[in-house]
Amino acid sequence: MTNIGLAQASNNFVYASMFTLFLATIFFAIYYSAGRSKVAATKQLVNSAGEVITERGISKTRGEQEPGVKYANIAMSLTWLAAGILLVGVILRGLWAGRVPWGNMYEFSITSALGILAVFLVWSIKRDLRWLGIFITIPALLTLGMATTVLYTEAAQLVPALKSYWLVIHVLAAIICGGAFTVAAATAGLSLISDKGWITKIPSRDRLEKLTHRIVAFSFPLWTFAVVAGAIWAENAWGRYWGWDPKETWAFITWVVYAAYLHARSTAGWKHQKASVIALVGWLAFLINYFGVNIFVNSLHSYAGV
Amino acid sequence: MATDVQTPVQAPLPPMSSTGFFRWMWRQLTSMRTALILLFLLALASIPGSILPQRGTNPVLVDQWITANPTTGPILDSLGFFDVFASPWFAAVYLLLFISLIGCVLPRLKVHWKAMRSQPPAAPRNLMRLDGEEFQVAQSPDQVLTRAQEYLKKNRWRVVRSGDDWVAAEKGYLRETGNLVFHFSFILVLIAIAYGGLFGWRGNVIIREGEGFSNTLTQYDAWGGGRMTSANDLPEFSFTLDDFNVEFERGNAQSGAPRLFEANVALTRQGEAQPNNVLIEVNHPMVIDSAKVFLVGHGYAPMFRILDSQGNLVFDDAVAFLPQDGNFTSTGVIKVPDGEPQLGFRGIFLPTSAVDEIRGPHSTFPAPDDPSVFMGAWFGDLGLDSGIPQSIYTLNVDSMEQIGLEALRPGEEWNLPGGKGTIEFTGFERWASFQIASDPGKEAALIGSFLAIAGLGLSLFVQRRRVWVKVSPASASGEGGQTTVQVAGIAKASGDDATESVEEIVAAVRGEQE
Ligand code: HEM
Repeated sequence: MTNIGLAQASNNFVYASMFTLFLATIFFAIYYSAGRSKVAATKQLVNSAGEVITERGISKTRGEQEPGVKYANIAMSLTWLAAGILLVGVILRGLWAGRVPWGNMYEFSITSALGILAVFLVWSIKRDLRWLGIFITIPALLTLGMATTVLYTEAAQLVPALKSYWLVIHVLAAIICGGAFTVAAATAGLSLISDKGWITKIPSRDRLEKLTHRIVAFSFPLWTFAVVAGAIWAENAWGRYWGWDPKETWAFITWVVYAAYLHARSTAGWKHQKASVIALVGWLAFLINYFGVNIFVNSLHSYAGV
Repeated sequence: MATDVQTPVQAPLPPMSSTGFFRWMWRQLTSMRTALILLFLLALASIPGSILPQRGTNPVLVDQWITANPTTGPILDSLGFFDVFASPWFAAVYLLLFISLIGCVLPRLKVHWKAMRSQPPAAPRNLMRLDGEEFQVAQSPDQVLTRAQEYLKKNRWRVVRSGDDWVAAEKGYLRETGNLVFHFSFILVLIAIAYGGLFGWRGNVIIREGEGFSNTLTQYDAWGGGRMTSANDLPEFSFTLDDFNVEFERGNAQSGAPRLFEANVALTRQGEAQPNNVLIEVNHPMVIDSAKVFLVGHGYAPMFRILDSQGNLVFDDAVAFLPQDGNFTSTGVIKVPDGEPQLGFRGIFLPTSAVDEIRGPHSTFPAPDDPSVFMGAWFGDLGLDSGIPQSIYTLNVDSMEQIGLEALRPGEEWNLPGGKGTIEFTGFERWASFQIASDPGKEAALIGSFLAIAGLGLSLFVQRRRVWVKVSPASASGEGGQTTVQVAGIAKASGDDATESVEEIVAAVRGEQE
C-alpha cells in the first residue's frame, strides 16, 4: 500500500505533539513553582515578625509583575505548537483512511485531545488563561497517552452504520463539548481548592465559578444539539430515535447533570461549592460515557473498534 | 440527599388546614431546589438502566442474568430493575419533574408577560451602592441625559427618562423569553414522545432472498404497537427481497467488520400495479407514507432436503439461522412434523468453518468461504399439538430422543442411525431482517428539540441588564464641570455583571464614543 507513508507520518505527528505537550507541561510546572517560592518568601516575611525581609523575596518580585511569567509564555507557545502538530496528525489520519478520522476509539481520542486544546487555546485569545495551562495539557496528554497505547487501531473503512453526515455533525459537536467540559472541570476543580492556598496563580474562587458557568453555558446547548443530532442519526440507522441504549442513557445522564448545574447556579445555597461539585459530576458522567460504555458495556454504539 | 439550606431561616412548617397544606406542598414542589433534586434523581434513576440488561432491548440477557443470580435476580426483577425506563419509580420521578416544571413556568410566563410591557423602574436612591461610576462633565444635566438616552435607544435598550433627574434603561428581555421557550419546548418534546408511544408501532421481520412480505400483522415475527394503535392502521404495501449484498473487510485492520450491506427490493404500494425497485441501505430506509422500512440485520439460511424413514420427501426448504457472533456462527432448528417418526434438528451453521477444543465448532470469518453445518438430530414428539405456541427458533426435546451428531458440507448427506431417515445439506441462501416502524410523534419531537436549543441559546447568551444614569448639579468644589453624573447597573443572571454596559455608557456620555 502506498498509503503506509501517510499512516506512519500521522503517527509521528501524534508522537511529536505528545512530546511538545510534555515540554509545555514542564514549563507550566516551572511557572507554578516560581509562584511557590514567592509564597515561601512571603511566609518567611510574616514569620520573622515584620523585621527581616528576605532579599530573595524582594528581588524576585521586583522586576517582573509575576515570577515565572516568561516560562508560562513559553509553555503557551508550545501548547499552540502541539495543537498545530496534532491537527496535522489528525488530518493525515483522515487522508490515510479516506474519510473523517472518527471511525474508532483511537481516532476519537486523538481528535478529542485536539478538542481539549482547541477550546482552551481559542478561549485564551480572549483572556489570560496561563494559570489554567497545566490543567489542560495534562488531560490532553493523558488522552493521547491512552490513545497511542491501549486504544491504537489500524485505520480501516467505516462500518455502514457510521456512514452518515449526521455522524460528522454529531461527533464534531460531541468532541467540542468534550473539550469544553474538560476545561469547565478544570476551573470547577480549581474553584474548590482555591481557598486552600495550594496554588497562588489562580483567580479568586468567585471568578473561577463565573468562568465555569460561562463554559458550561456555552457547551450545554451544544451538547443538547449533539444529543439531538445523535437521535436523528439513530432514527435513520435503526428506526428509533431513542432506545435507552447505554450510550444514549449516559448522554442523557450527562445532559441532566449539567442542567442541574445550571439550576444550582440560580438556587440559593447551591450557587458555589455545590454547583462546582455538580460540574465535576457532569464531567465524570461524560467520561463514563466516553470510555466506560465503549470499552465495558455491550452497546449498539460500541462497534467502532476499540 | 443533603438538602441543607445555607440561610439561617428555618423552612416554615406546613400549615394545618388542608388547603393551606396543599398550597405549601405545591410551593415546595415548584421550588427551584426541588427541581434540582428531581433532576438529580432522574440522573441517578437512569444508571441501573445502563448497567443491568433491559427487557426492552435484550430479554435473553435478562433471563440469563436472573438465572445466574437466583437470589438478587428475582428481587431486582420485581422492583422493575430490568425495565427501568418503564418502571413506576422512574415514571414517578419524571412525572413529578413534569408537574414541577409546569407549575414553575406558568407563573413565570405571567410575570414575564407583565415585565415585557412595563417600563424600566426608577433609579434607586443610592445608586452608587451598585457597580458604577461617578464623574463630572461640562454639559448640562439635560444634555447628558439626552446623550445617554440616544446612545441607549440606538443600542436597543428600553429607555425611560424622568425630567432632568435620571434615565433608566433595560435590555435582554429575550433572555427570559428564551428560557420560557426552552422549558415549554421540553414539555412539547415529552408530549411528542408520549404521542408516538401511544400511536406508533414497530415490527420486525426476517425475509429470505426471493421471499415476499406484505404489511399485515400475521407476517411479522415480532410486532408491538402503542395502546391507541390497531392492526387496521398499518399502511398497505408489499415487497419482495430480490437480492441482498454484503461485503466484509478482508484487510488486517478490523478484519470481518461489515463494509457494505444493501437490499434490493421490489415494492408494490397500495393501488399500484407494477412494483418499483428500491435500494435499502443502512442509514437509507425505504419510506412509505407514515412508515419506514429499515435494514437492521442479515444472516444465513442453510437449505435442507429431508427424507423420513419411509423415504418420503418431508422437507425441502431454507431455514433462517440466527447469528451468534460477529463471524456469523449461526444457530437454528428444523422441525419435521410430517415425518414418520417426527424429526427435529438443532444446527450450527459456519460460513468459514473451524473447530477447536475450547469453542467447539465456530466460524472465523463472516463471509461463506468454507461453509458447513453441525447438526444434532432427535426423533419423537415435537410437542406441536400441545396448543402452546412455540418459537420457530427453539426445539423442545422433552419428549424426544437424541439420534446423533454430524458435520456436513454443502451437497453432503447424512443417513440417520437406525434408519430414521436422511438429511441433505443442499446449500444456503441469505436473509435480511427489517424493522418497519411508524412514530407519528417524531416530527413534533424534532421541532420541539430545535425550539429548545434555540430557546437555550437565547436564555444563556442574551444578557439581561438594567442601568441608570443619574445627574445632579455639581457642588462648588467639583473640579471640571457643572454636572455630576452617576452611571450604575445590575445584571439579572448569576455569572454576569453590568460593568461592561456601564463603561460603554460612561464613554458615550463623555463623548468618547459615537
Ligand atoms: C424538566 C427538567 C428541566 C430542565 C431540563 C431544565 C433546564 C434548564 C436549563 C438548561 C436552564 C438554564 C438556563 C439559564 O441558566 O438561564 C434552566 C433555567 C431555569 N429553570 Fe429549568 N429545567 C427543568 C425544570 C425546571 C423546573 C421544574 C423549574 C421550576 C422550579 C425550573 C426553573 C428554572 C428557572 C427559574 C431557570 C432560570 C435560571 C436563571 O435565570 O439562571 N426548571 N432550566
